[in-house]
Amino acid sequence: MIAIVDYDTGNLRSVCNALDRIGAEYCVTDNHDIIKNADRVLLPGVGEASSAMQKLSERGLCDVIRGLKQPVLGICIGLQLMCRSSEEGNARCLGIFDAEVRRFTPSPADGVKVPHMGWNEIRNLQSPLFKGIDEGAFVYFVHSFAADVCGGTIATSCNGREFAAAINKDNFYGAQFHPEKSGAVGECILKNFIEL
Amino acid sequence: MVAKRIIPCLDVKEGRTVKGINFLSLQDVGDAVELGRMYARQGADELVYLDISATVEGRNTFTSLVERIASNINIPFTVGGGISTIEDAARLLDAGADKISINSAAVRNPQLIDEIASKYGSQFVVLAVDAKLIDGVWRITTHGGRQLTDKELFSWAREGQERGAGEILFTSMDHDGTRNGYPCDTFAALASELSIPIIASGGAGCVGDIADVLSKGKADAALAASIFHYGEITVEALKRELQKQNIKVRL
Repeated sequence: MIAIVDYDTGNLRSVCNALDRIGAEYCVTDNHDIIKNADRVLLPGVGEASSAMQKLSERGLCDVIRGLKQPVLGICIGLQLMCRSSEEGNARCLGIFDAEVRRFTPSPADGVKVPHMGWNEIRNLQSPLFKGIDEGAFVYFVHSFAADVCGGTIATSCNGREFAAAINKDNFYGAQFHPEKSGAVGECILKNFIEL
Repeated sequence: MVAKRIIPCLDVKEGRTVKGINFLSLQDVGDAVELGRMYARQGADELVYLDISATVEGRNTFTSLVERIASNINIPFTVGGGISTIEDAARLLDAGADKISINSAAVRNPQLIDEIASKYGSQFVVLAVDAKLIDGVWRITTHGGRQLTDKELFSWAREGQERGAGEILFTSMDHDGTRNGYPCDTFAALASELSIPIIASGGAGCVGDIADVLSKGKADAALAASIFHYGEITVEALKRELQKQNIKVRL
């Protein structure tokens, strides 16, 4: 059973739909015991970092997440919340990954747009999370902030500057892109996560 | 760098797609989910579903269709048509839409952009703008180009960005349906003024037109309907042609 952490940050539906498509069992919950006892934990979400941290904290979920031993995957803002801090709302985050989250700088002349929206390549893939995925595979991104490349980086991408497209430390994984919206490549990554 | 996106657009009326020929691979070309899946298989980067129903029943059918699309399609999709309140947006978000596009309602009530963007994020809001060149000024129109407004394209697009739109979908009503290509200079000027992505719509008659708007016009994405629905070219063949012209696409 996969626990999808519900902390009121908008659309969890697309993650649920993607898990349905690959036939995985899940529940959407903010219950501490269910999260602690799940085989896998997903931390999805869209929204603003400081208010998302606030919501995690109101539900007493910060320490629950930090203490998890099973594989945990943060998606998009979920990855960002697992970093040290974010420029967005000057948020102090969970501090699982030793990385800072910074805003992209738009540069229309070079085609660098913010939000970074669309399909981009992931490279330097170094994790069983990317089993069967080719270097340079395209995945779908939608974000204006990104984590700097850091020690645990297991995939990189580029939008004006290179950033961490995925990070891993121990049992914690983060994906800045949306595997649930990344076609067959994304479904493969989700399946890999389930099989970690 | 992010790839240029190719986005087929499907018009939906009373729950069924209205344009299109019979594709051999499809049982039911009117089924919006099946058609969308076919485009996704061909390599479409996103899909846009436009509700052109005129009735309340049609609207309700559309919402349940959006739920089916969300369960079955593994790429992002935008829905548009008749969204005029934050409740409309919320209903479609709950049904599973990744983005909504707003047009006339935002012209009437620009605050709507702020409301939706601040509640659901900029990534959820596509501002669709239809404009016409009149005496050297690109004027914003509504109602499919029939009504002129006092807004001007560049200032309205900038305002939309400042209010929180995540993308601009620009259609030149002078080019829409002509199949003579896009006003690339205008697209390029718009791209240099905005920091958010621009989707080009309306006017594609051939691969070269799409290549031009993505390169010379600096658009981030091209949306097209007829060239795909009438089977003139598949999404995949289009993307291969674009790649030959050194345009970065996802293949």
